[in-house]
Amino acid sequence: MNVEVRPIKTAAETALATNFAMAKRALPGAPAVAALREDAFRRFESEGLPHRRVEEWKYTDLRALMRDAKPLAGVPDAAAKARAKQAMDMLAAIEARAIVFVDGAFVPELSDLADLEAGLTIGSMAQRLASDDQQLVAHLGKLVPTDDVAVALNTAFMGDGAVIHVAEGVALARPIHLIFVNAGKEPASIFVRSLVVIEKGARAMLVESHVGANVREDQVNAALELKVGDSAHVDHVKITGQGAGALHVSSLMATIGAHARFNAFLFTTGAAVVRNQLFVRFAGEGIIAGIRGASLLKGRQHTDTTLIADHAVPDCTSREVFKSVLDDESRAVFQGKIIVRRHAQKTDARMATHALLLSDAAEADNKPELEIFADDVQCGHGATSGDLDEDLLFYLKARGIPAKEAEALLIQAFVGEAVEGIEHAGLRDALMDQVVDWLAART
Amino acid sequence: MHLLEVKNLHVEVDGKKILNGLELSIGRGSVHAIMGPNGSGKSTLAHVLAGKADYVVTEGEVLLDGEDILALAPDERAAKGLFLAFQYPLEIPGVATMTFLRTALNAQRKTRGEPELLVPEFMKRVNEVSGKLGIDKDMLRRGVNVGFSGGEKKRNEILQMALLEPRLCVLDETDSGLDIDALKVVSEGVNRLRSPTAPSWSSRTTSACSITSCRTWCTFFRRAAS
Repeated sequence: MNVEVRPIKTAAETALATNFAMAKRALPGAPAVAALREDAFRRFESEGLPHRRVEEWKYTDLRALMRDAKPLAGVPDAAAKARAKQAMDMLAAIEARAIVFVDGAFVPELSDLADLEAGLTIGSMAQRLASDDQQLVAHLGKLVPTDDVAVALNTAFMGDGAVIHVAEGVALARPIHLIFVNAGKEPASIFVRSLVVIEKGARAMLVESHVGANVREDQVNAALELKVGDSAHVDHVKITGQGAGALHVSSLMATIGAHARFNAFLFTTGAAVVRNQLFVRFAGEGIIAGIRGASLLKGRQHTDTTLIADHAVPDCTSREVFKSVLDDESRAVFQGKIIVRRHAQKTDARMATHALLLSDAAEADNKPELEIFADDVQCGHGATSGDLDEDLLFYLKARGIPAKEAEALLIQAFVGEAVEGIEHAGLRDALMDQVVDWLAART
Repeated sequence: MHLLEVKNLHVEVDGKKILNGLELSIGRGSVHAIMGPNGSGKSTLAHVLAGKADYVVTEGEVLLDGEDILALAPDERAAKGLFLAFQYPLEIPGVATMTFLRTALNAQRKTRGEPELLVPEFMKRVNEVSGKLGIDKDMLRRGVNVGFSGGEKKRNEILQMALLEPRLCVLDETDSGLDIDALKVVSEGVNRLRSPTAPSWSSRTTSACSITSCRTWCTFFRRAAS
């Protein structure tokens, strides 16, 4: 007997379908983009929201975590922009060029577009999609192709974002800071998509901050496609400090050219649920890459870092270091996969993940994976989890440092080991200040 | 009144009796050496005085300046002027020695209700003391004891002691692992702290209680004290 299997849609899946049907005509883009969206949405519909029986999403069951889908964010009004401005003063010390998005929409009047360095262009994704830019469409989703469902959803709904191009050999004097602020009156779904192309030999630093002005159940899906040209030197630091009720899913799809240097860092303190996905493709020989991160979680926060480092060519070096500090009932998930393809000889890849559990109810799940098809490589991984070292605490206390301060000092040192990997000293300091603030707020 | 008085001290670790009714009095400005075979409880005494958690005091009292310190947390004991030089100083990666010293000194001052030491004054004192102990300034910028040799770690203990200016120094096998020259540098560091010209937050003179299995070490003190 043949029985047709018809999966039952969850409330969130139904709402997403309704949202898509209603919004698709209004979403930016010429017919070619509309076709991309349709395709992507169909991909999503065929699989639905990922759940715990999907291996890649085993620890972050979106079907259970997303009880509904919020309506798409509207165009930010003056009040929202004013609220956004208040949330923006972070990282003022690093004097970066701020490019601001409020509820997913580019806001030129809050952005710093003056005196762009020669060879640097910054534009709005929504405008570029609407202008039927063939070159853009040719790039979208092509840098690191993935069948990931969250990326498909992003492609279906992508609204605005940054389109940045740094020409060959140009070294940017200032970091570029993409600031995404949620400031609308009601909780909303926000889909941002950015494309950053750094050409051969260029030097750029990109900071991406996601902040929310208040405790709200926003649903953010952010995707960034990044092309690092041959011999370019690129740093990417993503800071997730969203409001405590938010759901945040982000995907970085990066392809790195030969002899390039690439440093990525994920710093997470905010949002109820965070899923950070990194798909990094080593596309040219002689790359040196560092992919690091630190999460500080409390309450019932959940942060999932899922990394795929794909070594497709020989002679590349990568270092992955992720640290999490877990208080209360929080949970950190790390899934890191290093793929070394058949021809990627002399690959040197090392992955480490460390969790510091400050409470009995906190949980760390580590899933390192190595898929090695070449025979002359150095690959390794290590994972640890535990609480603060009692002997170290005693040493500090015996010198007169009170218990809470001693703990804070050791936690700072623990996180600092990962933050050290960021090349920009000002940014390192700014993040360590945030660590100190987080520790000070601990009861 | 003695600076330290230990009366009828009984201590257990994991249900095992280590100290059985120890009596010890240490006068102000005096130096004592505690010697004995391995496993006789010398280090246990040091740890109990400093307040390590795993040691259970089942009977007796420990008075520092007439005040029972057994109920105090380790950091409070330190602020009252008790210093334990560790037999095996620990490495703390990521915490620069300089940060560690300043945090410790200011935490003690705060507990005692004294104002924080400002950076220039602090730096002056660190430079002075580290110079005398032959500690390279570059080492102070590195993580506490990270990459230090055994001798450097011991010298770092004495640096901490000199900066914190305790009233009672408990030296747990501080001489072990030191060659004769290092032994001299370290013991001079201790003696300097006990000299009448030593700058001290307390007008009282510093006492030392050395736990050791090496007689040579004791002769260094005897010489200096005479």
